[in-house]
Amino acid sequence: MAKQFGIIFACLAVGELIALIPGLHIPGSIWGLLLLAGLLEKGIVNPRTVAPVCKFLISNMAFFFIPPGVALMLYFDLIAVQWLPITVATVGSIVVVLLVTGRLHQFLHSYMKQRHGRH
Amino acid sequence: MAVIDYFRTPLALITLTFLVYWGASWLRRRTGLALLNPMIVTIGLLIVFLRLTGISFGEYYEGGKMIEFWLKPAIVALGLPLFYELKNIRRQFMPLFLTEVAGSLTGIISVVLIAKLLGATPDVIRSLAPKSVSTPIAIEITAQLGGIPALTSAIVVIVGMIGAVMGLKVMEMGNVKSPVSKSLSMGTAAHVIGTNRISEYGARYGAYSTLGLILNGILTAFFAGPVLDLLL
Repeated sequence: MAKQFGIIFACLAVGELIALIPGLHIPGSIWGLLLLAGLLEKGIVNPRTVAPVCKFLISNMAFFFIPPGVALMLYFDLIAVQWLPITVATVGSIVVVLLVTGRLHQFLHSYMKQRHGRH
Repeated sequence: MAVIDYFRTPLALITLTFLVYWGASWLRRRTGLALLNPMIVTIGLLIVFLRLTGISFGEYYEGGKMIEFWLKPAIVALGLPLFYELKNIRRQFMPLFLTEVAGSLTGIISVVLIAKLLGATPDVIRSLAPKSVSTPIAIEITAQLGGIPALTSAIVVIVGMIGAVMGLKVMEMGNVKSPVSKSLSMGTAAHVIGTNRISEYGARYGAYSTLGLILNGILTAFFAGPVLDLLL
């Protein structure tokens, strides 16, 4: 237990330290994520060592998010005034992302396959 | 001590959060309705409870911040599934990377431009920018950008649910047929909730969707700041 949390928290702590560097707009937790993946890839950390705690944390992400969600009660006035731009921008953007990502990957994938075929 | 003061203590409010979430999860299993997302139901019920009792958000947050604290280690834990996907990523690095860069950029640019055109204020626009990525990551990005994390978290959940409900239909109409492309898009546009939805078709779908959500989370963290500086 202590070893698993120790590794994950150490990655987070170093990540937060990196995030202190001015001009980098990336959260410390993302640096921590990359750090953990790097340590696993280099074989410094065995995936089996951290797997139980990682799985526990990932499968309970939704619960940890409840308090910041409740904070929404502080912003009801704001949403009441700006619901239109919020809704239209959100739905429009989802459709654009789905289509751009899906079509582009489909195109690149078949393009690479074709090139591979000719060689 | 009055009874209501007992309910103001962090212990009572954390206990309540666990119990309500437990009940909401039971309700979801019992009804099988995707719309009854336990997280959203719990948030709604807790807000109603706080309004009715007159307990302030600040008082709730005394206990709540202990729960929220675990978001950061949970994001770090995503390093494990990323590691498992590294072999796949390396083999098809260029198509995956180019797709995710395009997906991340169009996600940020489209939401910022539409919101700006329709007259949203800068703090709201900053809160919308990371809307496609998973909640904990989006909250952190928004906090860095000077947006409103609570607004972001609500939008992110709504985005996930819209994506899960209409995502496959939109791609079908847009002629996206490859299973890998579909999975990647669901993860990119609708994060964990979209991944949940497409995982119903099999583990391989889930793996690519996870890859989409992780890569988009990282790329959006890199791009959101500069894109906002450029467009706002």
